[in-house]
Amino acid sequence: MTIASNLFAEKPTGPSPELSVSFDMVKRGFLSSPLLVLVCAAIWGGYGALSSAYAIVIVLANFAVSAGIIAGGSKISYVALLTGALFGYLIRLGLIFGAVFLVRDTTWVVLPALGLSIIVAHLGLLIWETKYISMSLAYPGLKPGHQVTRLRR
Amino acid sequence: MDALVGMLAQTATSAADLKAANAAIGAGFAYGLAAIGPGIGIGYVAGKAIEAMARQPEAAGMVRTTMFLGIAFTEALALIGFVVFILLGL
Repeated sequence: MTIASNLFAEKPTGPSPELSVSFDMVKRGFLSSPLLVLVCAAIWGGYGALSSAYAIVIVLANFAVSAGIIAGGSKISYVALLTGALFGYLIRLGLIFGAVFLVRDTTWVVLPALGLSIIVAHLGLLIWETKYISMSLAYPGLKPGHQVTRLRR
Repeated sequence: MDALVGMLAQTATSAADLKAANAAIGAGFAYGLAAIGPGIGIGYVAGKAIEAMARQPEAAGMVRTTMFLGIAFTEALALIGFVVFILLGL
């Protein structure tokens, strides 16, 4: 077992699992988003559907930016990874606030649809992804069935 | 009589303003307080993950995957606070 001695200079080795996890979530988000948009359209109409689609784009961009910041930090050092995780949170909250603030007065925005879609999409995608991560923690995106098949060959 | 009506109208406007001001203050507190907790939580998650990776670099991939999901789950609390904020007073 090796122990990192200088956290400012050393960096994590290996590929960035955040990127593959984020890519998985974005992919699943695009696959499942029509359902959420349809539900919002049934409740709030066409503007509700537009608001819901906008919220889903915000959530998916949030996941992608989060993974990008952490993966970028991990290429520098452990400390940069920690800094990216902490300041990335602030930056992303600011970006989400700005994205909603920009459209709050437009006619097509239904704020309840926007807000609920943000929560449902964020939590839904996370829970969905966690199911696969818990199945194969070190190899996100791969179903255990695929690994078993490979091993049998 | 006109003065009384004028005074009542002014009171009504003030009450509406007061309500709007209170909603704005409440929304600000909701967002601010909802962002503090996840901030502490994300710091804790990331700090412990760095500690784990420094102790056992060969497990970095697994730790980073768990850390990423932990951060995203923690951030959901801040998003809920943000949604309360936009519904109350944005």
